[in-house]
Amino acid sequence: MDHSLLGQAVVYLAAAMIIVPLASRLGLGSVLGYLLGGVVIGPHLLNLVGQADDVMHFAELGVVMMLFLVGLELEPSRLWRLRGPIFGLGGLQLLGTGAVLLPIGLLLGLPWQQALAMGLILAMSSTAIALQTLSEKGLMGSDAGQKSFSVLLFQDVAVIPMLALFPLLATLPGSAGDGHGDSFLDQIGALEHTLLVLAAIAVVISAGRFLVRPMMRAVARTGLRELFTAAALFIVLGVTLLMTAVGLSPALGTFLAGVVLANSEYHHELESDVEPFKGLLLGLFFLAVGASIDFPAVAAQPVLVASLVLGVSLIKALVLLGLGLAFRARRDQAVLFAVALCQVGEFAFVLLSFARGSGVLAPEVATVGVAVTALSMALSPVSFVLVERLVLPRLLGPASAPREADAIDEHNEVIVAGYGRFGQVAARFLSANGHAATLLDVDSDQIDVVARFGGKVFFGDASRLDLLSAAGAGHAKILAVAVDDPVKVKEIVHLARVHFPHLAILARARGRGEAYELVEHEVEGVYRETFDSALRAGVDALRLLGTPAAMAWRAARIFARHDEESIQVLAEHRGDQARLVHGSRERTLMLEAALRADRGIEPGEPEQAWDSEGLRRLARGDGD
Amino acid sequence: MTPPPRRRLHHPPRDARGAVLVLLAHPDLRRSRANRRMAQALADIDGVTVHNLYEAWPDLDIDVPREQALLSNHQALVWRHPLYWYSTPAILKQWQDLVLELGWAYGPGGEALRGKPFLQGITTGGGEAAYQVDGFHQLTIGQLLAPITRMAGLCGMQALEPFVLYGTHRLDEPSLDRAALAWRTRILALRDSLTG
Repeated sequence: MDHSLLGQAVVYLAAAMIIVPLASRLGLGSVLGYLLGGVVIGPHLLNLVGQADDVMHFAELGVVMMLFLVGLELEPSRLWRLRGPIFGLGGLQLLGTGAVLLPIGLLLGLPWQQALAMGLILAMSSTAIALQTLSEKGLMGSDAGQKSFSVLLFQDVAVIPMLALFPLLATLPGSAGDGHGDSFLDQIGALEHTLLVLAAIAVVISAGRFLVRPMMRAVARTGLRELFTAAALFIVLGVTLLMTAVGLSPALGTFLAGVVLANSEYHHELESDVEPFKGLLLGLFFLAVGASIDFPAVAAQPVLVASLVLGVSLIKALVLLGLGLAFRARRDQAVLFAVALCQVGEFAFVLLSFARGSGVLAPEVATVGVAVTALSMALSPVSFVLVERLVLPRLLGPASAPREADAIDEHNEVIVAGYGRFGQVAARFLSANGHAATLLDVDSDQIDVVARFGGKVFFGDASRLDLLSAAGAGHAKILAVAVDDPVKVKEIVHLARVHFPHLAILARARGRGEAYELVEHEVEGVYRETFDSALRAGVDALRLLGTPAAMAWRAARIFARHDEESIQVLAEHRGDQARLVHGSRERTLMLEAALRADRGIEPGEPEQAWDSEGLRRLARGDGD
Repeated sequence: MTPPPRRRLHHPPRDARGAVLVLLAHPDLRRSRANRRMAQALADIDGVTVHNLYEAWPDLDIDVPREQALLSNHQALVWRHPLYWYSTPAILKQWQDLVLELGWAYGPGGEALRGKPFLQGITTGGGEAAYQVDGFHQLTIGQLLAPITRMAGLCGMQALEPFVLYGTHRLDEPSLDRAALAWRTRILALRDSLTG
């Protein structure tokens, strides 16, 4: 196989492009996708790559950039505000889990240094998996979600001291170039070295404070987009070089640089410039990790690996459960918190590779660690589903089962389903004009907030026939369907159309696509949620361009009528053809249809009203 | 118990055709005894289209092509409105400004309304005696309606004698009912003069 730089690059990129999409489709997430890709091209399967270690050194820049971004995101004030949950809960999680895992490592015959490092590394959880799972389930706002977020934030920060302190645990000769042993550093004394390190840190801080701003301003003045990218990479690579030269961890240095720059006005600029490189190099890093897994070593001890995966996950979950309860979470929330964070995370790969490179962990130990981490990440979605389906209901009894729909004791002429951004405005407007509406929503928190202000929103899913009946759909005159999920909107509209034909239905639509479908359901009104505000922005833009307000407003009304008519017309002709195409293709077709319809509007001259030009021409006698 | 029929939003008639187009201009019929009766009196007449302008264009943003199509599809035009500040409600002025375009309703090529009868049905709060040269308002209804009569003239329409119901503040229910019947009779006569 071609082991040139170009050949290697093609192999790695191809692996990423083929396997990562597959893994995402299987619900495994991109990190596991990269790992699998690495395994496939690694020495034990296709053997397409040479020394993964070479690539690893290069890919570690991705880790460096990631920590730069973590630093940029870290606002000291926010950290301070959340210091209780972050440092209390997060710190106890990390140290507690490490403390339980340490003796297990010793029992397995590891020296204490390796057992300690391993314990701390395996205590890390996966930000990517945990946050994605929680937000998919709509749990980010819950107590479990908030606690998870705090712990993950602490782990992000904790990586820094771990990177700084791991070399102190080194008992083996390091394999990676961490600066030791090959520079003039060996020839100077400890005092000079310390001074040198302090000086380097001072350089990073003061450069971040005083040099970056004028530099970025000069770059901005050129107006060249690519110079921003160059400047951002210069900062990251420059700090990396400086830190390596004085024997400090480059990740630590760039993290520091990130924190210094977090409050600068170039924060977003730097972030967006570094982000793609970070993503790509981190992907490369995970590929390299996958390629470096020593399969024969892992396969030789399947029982050990399997019991480690289960044991580590269980221990992590138990520690989290205890902490959650100690921090006064309800029992169901504590269980969710525990299962959300019980996997080992992507930071573990970073730390394992670092620990191996700096001589803390023996290669065979690190390999087992990588395998355990990867497997626990792969199992994480499964364990979440199991806990959600089996443990939660059983553990807490019927009281914890999904909240029962409220008994509804109001019967108004109007039912508003969905009391979110859309339903609130509609319902408040009605109420301000003397028409109370029966309000339904499925978000308990929202309902509680309204209750605090003396309002009444009933908990319940309006796509259930019994609930609509209970809400008085049999006697009401109007049903406003204002929930934000387009699928639910359709369900509710369909249900109401069939069972309560006397109801006038006003339906919220996300965009044109949803509007087409609702028009077919014979609803009284379809309201695209952003159309009116977008059009008002357009009116104001016209006015700023010098169009008189009345003309701009007229133009908007003409445009809106035209657009709404085109939806009616297209809905009739939509037919089967549109049903065959999905997703973005359908959206493109709709945009095309809308733009084609716009050609029917004469720009600039909506009509002759208020226009005396024709009369002037007549008066001058040059009329037609 | 059978539920009541489904509520519908008012949509301006799109393809209505007929002999007589009645443009109704009153923002809140719930609060007008006289105009509500006048509107109800024409509710179900064949060949008569009642078009409630404030219901159709509550923000006064009149759809010009649609209004012009309605005019073209009818043979006579009727305005039904209360007298506001010696004139029409604002939406009828807006309707004039927007719909009666140069080259369509008047001026070179402006033939769309030529020859069509034009009738105004008006209610006034004050009595007939107030609308005299020596009365409280110092002007007659005919004098006050001069701009509208000119509008009809400029568009080549044939302006008929307006139907005026004076003193609605004081009229009792039976008188209002009689007036509504008279209005209906007048419109029927207009329709029959066109179709018969």
